Amino acid sequence: MKKIHVTTTINGKETEFLCELRQSLLEVLRDVLMLTGAKEGCNNGNCGACNVLLDGRLVNSCLVMGAEVQACNVQTIEGIATPQGLHPLQQAFLEGAALQCGICTPGFIVAAKALLDQNPKPTEHQVRHFLAGNLCRCTGYDKIVRAVLQAATS
Amino acid sequence: MKNFTYFRPTTPEQAVALLENRWGNTELLAGGTDLHDLQKEYVAQPARVVSLSGVNALAGIRVEEKSVRIGAGAKLADIANHAELKRLFPSLTDAADQIGGPQIRNMGTLGGNLCQRNRCWYFRDEHTNCLLKTGQRCFALDGENKYHAIFSQGHRCVIVNPSTLAPALIALGASAVVQGPNGRRTIELGRFFRAPGANNEREHVLEANDMVVEVTIPRSNLANASYEVRHKQAYDWPLVQAAVSFERGDGGVRNPRVVLGHVAPTPHVAEAAARSITGQAVSEATAGAAGRAAAQDAKPLSQNGYKVKLVEVAVKRALIIAAGQKRYWEV
Ligand SMILES: Cc1cc2nc3c(=O)[nH]c(=O)nc-3n(C[C@H](O)[C@H](O)[C@H](O)COP(=O)(O)OP(=O)(O)OC[C@H]3O[C@@H](n4cnc5c(N)ncnc54)[C@H](O)[C@@H]3O)c2cc1C
Ligand code: FES
Ligand code: FES
Repeated sequence: MKKIHVTTTINGKETEFLCELRQSLLEVLRDVLMLTGAKEGCNNGNCGACNVLLDGRLVNSCLVMGAEVQACNVQTIEGIATPQGLHPLQQAFLEGAALQCGICTPGFIVAAKALLDQNPKPTEHQVRHFLAGNLCRCTGYDKIVRAVLQAATS
Repeated sequence: MKNFTYFRPTTPEQAVALLENRWGNTELLAGGTDLHDLQKEYVAQPARVVSLSGVNALAGIRVEEKSVRIGAGAKLADIANHAELKRLFPSLTDAADQIGGPQIRNMGTLGGNLCQRNRCWYFRDEHTNCLLKTGQRCFALDGENKYHAIFSQGHRCVIVNPSTLAPALIALGASAVVQGPNGRRTIELGRFFRAPGANNEREHVLEANDMVVEVTIPRSNLANASYEVRHKQAYDWPLVQAAVSFERGDGGVRNPRVVLGHVAPTPHVAEAAARSITGQAVSEATAGAAGRAAAQDAKPLSQNGYKVKLVEVAVKRALIIAAGQKRYWEV
C-alpha cells in the first residue's frame, strides 16, 4: 500500500513522516518516530495510556489516524519536561509515589497537564471527573489524584 | 485494521459525492472514536474512508433568535462546555458532559454520536455473524443480554441505541439537516432512528450516501433535563437514561415529552409517562407515577429485568431536575 507523507509539529519541532493509512497516530509515534512514551493499553479509547495533546486538546492517539495530523500540533509526554528539569506534575508523581508499574503514567501526566492548562486550581471532584478516561491497574487512583492536586499548588 | 484509501473533501457536497449508494465499502469518518474501533475489530472493513476533518462548514454552534444550530462536526466537549447551550438546554449539555472521558469528548462529534453503531457485544465481535452482519439470528435474544433492550416488541434484534444525545435532542424537538446527492432535507430526530434488522440497515434512516450537516433545536423556555443511571459516576455507558422536557404553566406541566435511552433499539418515547404527568405539579409522588407509567409495557429479556426499575427511577429524577427541585437522592 502506498505510504502517505505527513508534515506536522511534534513537541515544537517540525516533523515529517511516512505512514500507512491504517496506522494510528500512536503507531506512528511509537513505531515510526520512536517516541515510545505514549503507551498502548487497550487500543480502543478506553484506557488513556496513549494520551497526547492534538492542537492543545487531549485525545487518545490510538483513535486518530496518523494521516489526519497533517499540519497539526502534537504534544507528547516527551515534550513535557524541560532541560531545566521535570514538570511539576512529574515531580509530584515521583514524590507522591503515584505510580507502581508506570505504564499508565505518561497518559495520566499528559491528561493532568491538559486539565491544569485549562483549570490551574481544580477541585478533587474536577480532577476525578477529568481523569475518568485514564485507567490504572496498580495504584487505586488515590495517590494519582493527590499528586495532581499537589502539582496544582506548586 | 484493513488498509483503505482516503479522501479529504472540503465541502459537504463533495463529501456526499464520494459516498456510495450501498453500505460498507465506503465510510464517513468524523472523530473516529467509533469507526476506528470497529475497523480494528474488523467489524467495519471499508475500502474507502471519507474524512470530514477538512469540512470546516460542519463545525460551529450558533444561537439564533428562533433556533440553535449545531454543526454535525461540533465536538462533544464544545457542546458540553457551551455557556448559552448550558443555560437553554441542560439536558443536552449534561448528556454530552457524561460521555466517555475528556479525550472522547474532544474527538467525538455530534454527527458521529447520532450515527454511531450499537455496542452489542455480539455485533462488535469479529467472529460472531449476527443478524446485523449477514447472519440469521440475534444472539442476544436468548444469550448474554444484560445491557440489551427491555422494549423490543416486534424487533428481531434487541440492541439498544447507544446515543445519549439523541433522547435529549428528541425531547427538545430537534431536527437533523441532511445532505444527500440531490440536496438537503430536514428530518425530525424523532423520526431519524430505526431498529435495524439486517446488514444493509443502520440504526438510523439515512441512505448510505447521505450525511448529517447540522442539528437545529427550536428555541423555547422548555424545562428540560436528562438523567442517566450508571454503574460508576463516569466513563461508563448508561444502563438507562431518561430525557424530559415540558412547558411550565399555572395548571402544572404542559406538553411534556419523555424519551428513554438504552432501553430499546431506538430512543424510546414514553407516551404513557407524558400523559401521566400532564397537568400535574411535579412532586416526588407525580414524578414517581410517571416513572411507573414509563415502565409499564417493558418486556425484559432473561438478564435485564433490573432495567425496569431503573426506568422508573430515571424518569422520576429527570422530572425532578427539570422542575428545578431538590435532588433528594444527593446527600
Ligand atoms: C469509552 C467510551 C465511552 C462512551 N460513552 C458514551 C455515552 O455514554 N454516550 C454516548 O452517546 N456515546 C458514548 N460513546 C460513543 C461516542 O459518543 C461516539 O463514539 C462518538 O460520539 C462518535 O463520534 P465520532 O465523531 O467519533 O464518530 P466516528 O467514529 O467518526 O463515526 C461514527 C459513525 O457515524 C458516521 N458518521 C460520522 N459523522 C457523520 C455525519 N455527519 N453524517 C452521517 N454519518 C456520520 C460514521 O460513518 C460512522 O459510521 C462512548 C465511546 C467510548 C469510546
Ligand atoms: S491505548 Fe488508546 S485509549 Fe487505551
Ligand atoms: S501504575 Fe501500573 S497501571 Fe497505573
